[in-house]
Amino acid sequence: MADEILKVEHLNKFYGDWQALHDISFDLKKGEVVTLLGPSGSGKSTLIRTLNGLEPFKDGTISFKGQAIDPTIKNWQALRQEIGMVFQSYDLFPNLTVLDNILLAPTKVQKRPREEVKKEALELLERVHLADQVDSYPRQLSGGQKQRIAIVRALAMHPEVMLFDEVTASLDPEMVRGVLEIIKELSDRDHMTMIIVTHEMNFAAKIADKVLFLEDGRILEQTPGKQFFAHPQTERAQEFLSSMDF
Amino acid sequence: MAHSGISVLFEGTNFVRLLGGLWTAVWIAALSLVFGLILGTIFGLLRTMRNRLIRFILLLYLEFFRIVPTIVLLFLVYYILPRQFNINMPATWMAVLAFTLWVAAEFSDIVRGAIESVPQHQRESGLALGLTQWQLFRYVLLPQAFRLELPATINLATRVIKTTSLLMTISIMDVINVGQQIVEANNQSHPTGVFWVYGLIFILYFIVDYPLSVWAKHLTAKQKEI
Repeated sequence: MADEILKVEHLNKFYGDWQALHDISFDLKKGEVVTLLGPSGSGKSTLIRTLNGLEPFKDGTISFKGQAIDPTIKNWQALRQEIGMVFQSYDLFPNLTVLDNILLAPTKVQKRPREEVKKEALELLERVHLADQVDSYPRQLSGGQKQRIAIVRALAMHPEVMLFDEVTASLDPEMVRGVLEIIKELSDRDHMTMIIVTHEMNFAAKIADKVLFLEDGRILEQTPGKQFFAHPQTERAQEFLSSMDF
Repeated sequence: MAHSGISVLFEGTNFVRLLGGLWTAVWIAALSLVFGLILGTIFGLLRTMRNRLIRFILLLYLEFFRIVPTIVLLFLVYYILPRQFNINMPATWMAVLAFTLWVAAEFSDIVRGAIESVPQHQRESGLALGLTQWQLFRYVLLPQAFRLELPATINLATRVIKTTSLLMTISIMDVINVGQQIVEANNQSHPTGVFWVYGLIFILYFIVDYPLSVWAKHLTAKQKEI
């Protein structure tokens, strides 16, 4: 228990002269679900993107399973096989079928046999109730379906951690639930380690083991999930929660 | 109707000779396109990379071939290269060389533009899956770029075919050159022959180029639907 998967220490990030992240430190243990909350522009997405090398950082360290990451292109490329990520814009590759979208990285990057990955892909599709879409092209699917397949595509790599960057933010309201249920199930059934950026407060309250509340690129508060929603420590977080409450 | 001009087309082997000239033009164009598209794809990929020096050199290359008129290029490979560098190849191959370098330059810009217009999200979701830079190009960016660049590529092909009419300036027996000879040889007996010969050449070029042009238009319209 309590294996540390990710540890971030004193991370600073700049865009030119502007500092986007200030002295970020936190850790993520195996099986833990951390949600990043905070107003728009608070640095949540920047932070989560830094964790798989899509954004470079200036100083501080990120460690994966106890090893400090040397942020070269090659190292990140290898690490991304263990740090899966799903984005807001559910970018399936439009030139490939659903199945080929899922098989691409496991067969080309990890060189696993196609038949084996295909079997697993079909099981995963079954789980997200999309087994009948295996030969469809992304343009034939709804946003919610695409996002569920994007999750399957990331899972097929057998990642150690999953990062979710506002994955329901551009979905129609009736599609949101299906996607969130899958993420919840990943936590409950598979004990997947996850970092989630979201604006769905009810969902965050149900799933978060720990909440990082960010504003202006700083972590204002780092609180266990239940406690954060019942008794946020900072006034700012309190305001934020009541503003989301309708 | 003793000497209606049109009969000049069927005197002796004239018609076959004209078709032979057309064939020369077409195979030079086709071969140049094949080599040029391969080379242009590589140059286009390199131009989307971060290395500034490579990008700068390839930009110079592109501008050079875009600005210098094709006829000057043909003279360059036909007169200057053999004399200065002692390269002695048949004129047809020198023409293929000049056209290939030109096609590669133009196509590199089409490829670069198409790759850069694939949304940034596509690139990021590929990288997030652990694809290497090369795998990202090969499986994600190039196939999507291909669809975007197809109409422009076909237009480039029609331009190359039209430009083969300059081949006569380096003494290649293309369809224009053959036509010119027929006109001159029959000027006495068929004074209106020039009209018919060039009329036929017009129709021949039209037959080759028009289907390509229609195809490009069709593809462009289809892309707008998606």
